[in-house]
Amino acid sequence: MMILTKDAMQIVREQDVVPFRNRVKELATKIGMSLVNQTKLITAASELVRNMLKYANGGKVLLEIISKNAQTGVRLTFVDEGPGIADVQQAMRDGFSTGKSLGLGLPGTKRLVNEFDIKSKLGEGTTVTITHWKNGR
Amino acid sequence: MDRIPILKMGPYLLVTIQVDLYDRLALTLENDLISMVSKTGARGVLIDISAVSIVDSFMGRILGNIASMSRIMDAETVVVGMQPAVAITLVELGLTLQGVYTALDVEKGMELLQNKIGIIENPEDEDEEVPNDDID
Repeated sequence: MMILTKDAMQIVREQDVVPFRNRVKELATKIGMSLVNQTKLITAASELVRNMLKYANGGKVLLEIISKNAQTGVRLTFVDEGPGIADVQQAMRDGFSTGKSLGLGLPGTKRLVNEFDIKSKLGEGTTVTITHWKNGR
Repeated sequence: MDRIPILKMGPYLLVTIQVDLYDRLALTLENDLISMVSKTGARGVLIDISAVSIVDSFMGRILGNIASMSRIMDAETVVVGMQPAVAITLVELGLTLQGVYTALDVEKGMELLQNKIGIIENPEDEDEEVPNDDID
């Protein structure tokens, strides 16, 4: 796997969400992702950044264009230093929420992107990595 | 502060969302719409989202809230103009927009609202009722 471009963005307040979504859109457009795949990726990114603001008071997102086996894609890594998730398996189930939301954030996001990885440690924070390939597969 | 304009047209309130909503703007719209329903006695709310490129679960919840709140206040809500990519994404995300009426475009949305509210624009329609035949 090769990293073609690398960029980072701090998310500290709600107003950062729209510019962040625009950055993701720029990357997706740059590699020629179709509108449907762009929309899925940006929606997933929007959910994750919202989680980060809500549960961890913000964090940092790494934005990368990567290539693997002649495929190009966008990889986003959301890093926060929040309280962490006690039970990741439970958090990945539809309808589970500790924040009175719809509980679609994590499982829904996973359905929208090609690759999804979550690592969380209580008291240390959570890192979520998503990758969406140009052709959406 | 930014605000999404709400237009009153007869018994309806019309909203066209032309920008990507950030949370506070969405919450302000929710509040403004509900106060407008109360102030104007509107019976229908039409929200055009044809310029919206992203509907995430937060935005979906706001649309659902607007629909349930206005229903309690005796007004129906129709969301129109959803982009195909947004519809595909919403379904995969698992958001069903329960309790929200949807229509393809503004025109179809107005028709739907008129039907829901029962405002009869063509009184002739009533003539179609078959008169009771005398059995004798």
